[in-house]
Amino acid sequence: MNTAITTPPAAPTASRVTRLREQLALRADSLPTLAALLIFALMLLYGEFSYGRIFQLSTLSNLLINNAHLVIIAVGLTFVIISGGIDLSVGAIIALSSVSGVMLANAGWNAGLVMLVMVLIGSGIGLASGILVQYFDVQPFIATLAMMFLGRGLASMLSTVPVRLDESSGILALGTKIKIIDGPKVNDLVITPGVLIAVAVVIIAFVILHRTRTGRTVYAIGGSEQSAALMGLSVARTKLFIYLASGTLAGIAAVVYTARLGSAQNITGIGWELDAIAAAVIGGTLLTGGFGYVLGSVVGALVLGLMNVLITRDGGIPPEATTIITGAILLVFVLLQRAVISRQRE
Amino acid sequence: MPTSPIVEMKDISISFPGVKALDRVNFRLFPGEVHALMGENGAGKSTLIKALTGVYTIDEGTVIVSGRSRRLGGTADAQAAGISTVYQEVNLCTNLSIGENVMLGYEVRGPFGINWAATHRRASQMLQKVGLGALNPRLPLSSLSIALQQLVAISRATVTDSKVLILDEPTSSLDANEVEDLFRVIRALRDEGVAILFVSHFLDQIYEISDRLTVLRNGVFQGEFMTTEIEQSELISTMVGKEVGALDSLERASARRDVDRGTPVYEARGISRKGSLEPTDATFHAGEVLGIAGLLGSGRTELARLVYGADKLESGTVRLRGAEANISSPSQALEARIAYASENRRDEGIIRDLSVRENLILAVQAERGWARPLPAQEKTALVEKYMTALNVRPADPDRPIRNLSGGNQQKVLLGRWLATQPEVLILDEPTRGIDVGAKTEIMEQVIALAEDGVAIVFISSELDEVVRLSDRIMVMKDRRKLAELVVDETVTSDSIITTIADESAPEQPGSTQTAGTGAGS
Repeated sequence: MNTAITTPPAAPTASRVTRLREQLALRADSLPTLAALLIFALMLLYGEFSYGRIFQLSTLSNLLINNAHLVIIAVGLTFVIISGGIDLSVGAIIALSSVSGVMLANAGWNAGLVMLVMVLIGSGIGLASGILVQYFDVQPFIATLAMMFLGRGLASMLSTVPVRLDESSGILALGTKIKIIDGPKVNDLVITPGVLIAVAVVIIAFVILHRTRTGRTVYAIGGSEQSAALMGLSVARTKLFIYLASGTLAGIAAVVYTARLGSAQNITGIGWELDAIAAAVIGGTLLTGGFGYVLGSVVGALVLGLMNVLITRDGGIPPEATTIITGAILLVFVLLQRAVISRQRE
Repeated sequence: MPTSPIVEMKDISISFPGVKALDRVNFRLFPGEVHALMGENGAGKSTLIKALTGVYTIDEGTVIVSGRSRRLGGTADAQAAGISTVYQEVNLCTNLSIGENVMLGYEVRGPFGINWAATHRRASQMLQKVGLGALNPRLPLSSLSIALQQLVAISRATVTDSKVLILDEPTSSLDANEVEDLFRVIRALRDEGVAILFVSHFLDQIYEISDRLTVLRNGVFQGEFMTTEIEQSELISTMVGKEVGALDSLERASARRDVDRGTPVYEARGISRKGSLEPTDATFHAGEVLGIAGLLGSGRTELARLVYGADKLESGTVRLRGAEANISSPSQALEARIAYASENRRDEGIIRDLSVRENLILAVQAERGWARPLPAQEKTALVEKYMTALNVRPADPDRPIRNLSGGNQQKVLLGRWLATQPEVLILDEPTRGIDVGAKTEIMEQVIALAEDGVAIVFISSELDEVVRLSDRIMVMKDRRKLAELVVDETVTSDSIITTIADESAPEQPGSTQTAGTGAGS
């Protein structure tokens, strides 16, 4: 996966050219992901030289801690997008799940039970999207848009003001910072259980996508749903699984995010579904389906997170301009993907 | 020879709104035989296959597989019963590797999930069976030509150790060598005891490969015959139910009209594009049928796409009616009255979910621009005119085009381009995968158009058709023009084959695995 893109000098012999072309063809679909890694590295270097204190354990730790929830939903979106669908409901799921979670916890529910309910809220909404898409033949865009409005509306009915989690709540344990390496001053390598959850999610998702039949069926559906069905693959079950997974992961992201912040609000997570889609696309997942990598989406989420860090460090860039820069990066990646695809065609 | 049938379908009926697709049809298939299912387009062949593969549910009748009555609810059920299918339109996933397409759903698994090394090794073994053992199974499927993808689909069917293998028009996009390879595979499977259901429109192939055949007409069972016991002419008349000889009557219908080869309607000098066509000259004259003969990958489709502006020229000049012109997009081509009916009917031709009417007026409407919709009256007149002229069946313009048979879809597409009143009409494989009746009708139309002064470019892999229709033939090979022949009595399909074959004497045409330009040939 992490092979550097080396371009051997163009060999004059035909056989070497064909072998090179074969190698390129084997790797072509991972090119955007490699490019995302490269850009991430360049951003790190740029930040280090321009502002300093980027290659620091504390900076990198914070990058992971602050973006763990984004990584989790980006993984969910990767499944959906590879299958050729879309899930717009994840941001609203996080709002509904975290508001209800905080209220239940403050009402004295057991922390473990609350977290389970928070995840299940996500599963429920995801399953509903999946059923709409699969059995009622609703466009994924519309089905998940409906779920987004539903989730956001329910969250607003619960509360329109921020609700704080009691300081004693067990949920906060997931946000506690654990020092792994005690560096000089505050420069420590720190993680939270939330980060560990994100890492576990990424690993499990990677294994499912690349090492199980269900995962390969996700790719097959993205390539051609009709072909997948005619090949005898279980398309219906897999599509249900995809939306269920995306919803469940949004529920998990809600737990991680709430644990870090200690509060929840009905307007939490507005636009996060779009951040997650952006992360997936930057990471090399094609919106038309069929191609993509979980690890790419992780890099994509970190690119977005790092961008925010750099903008804050710069100080000269108004924070309002963040979205413009996100958009520009996204555009560059989509253009890159197009270039790769047209090259593949030739 | 056979003891008891492995598949027995009794009194099968299936209805669609307004159509009885199958009417109490009987069909049986024995182990170790190649059984051909014959019939015109719309006869119910595809419907019967889809009933057997569980895609359609049957209204009446019973399906017995291996002695047990079954209700097949889907492809997975059929596969579990030992029935595999390779469809005419290759149904694979081009985004995945070759090996994965072979093994999807049957990957070799170890303690850590799918074992890719073992999976690809097994895929290679499977590909070996269809003569593709040399392919790297890790390459993406999209790097293969359509013909090779078809063979990959067949090797996929062998993974499951199926007892029944259904091949629906497997040869329609293969060249002669590939057909031979395929037949070798089919015979090997048959000798292992697999029952093979084979559908093809090529009668020669039917006689070469099949042991037994069942004929359907208009959804009704016409009879079951041993292939050796039925004459070709008898078979055809059973299938079409009308006097044969329509094809023969065409024979001299083109009657070598006198074509005015003055200023050509279209003249290209040295047009080329890297990787698809070497510099080539081409001239199209009004009232002339120019046939392009060549195998898959010879550059015939590539030439057509360059003329139509679907691909950009990299060199060469184009003159229209003597004046220098530049055609770099299909809309410019349409403006210059050049129309192109693609060989890829499913992806580049019909819009499946739109009605026949909408499909028919699409090009005319596109030419006018979306801001100026066609008046309803004009629309109706246009649709009626071409549906009648081309004998589109069923004659219901509101039916979604996906419900029509291949031959009738092709007629609608022909109508679409005719409605733009082209002066140059390029027909790329207009007769592929359609029945004898529809073929004749389309060829009659082509001749009539030429007589009306349209310059026709007729591309087909069936050399007999090319020879029968064309006034002039351009022979292509390896992305360039080999020869241009004015058709007279000395030009036959054999002489063209000789032209192509002689040229290739020194080098062996190895497997063209990097040909996948997406455009097919």
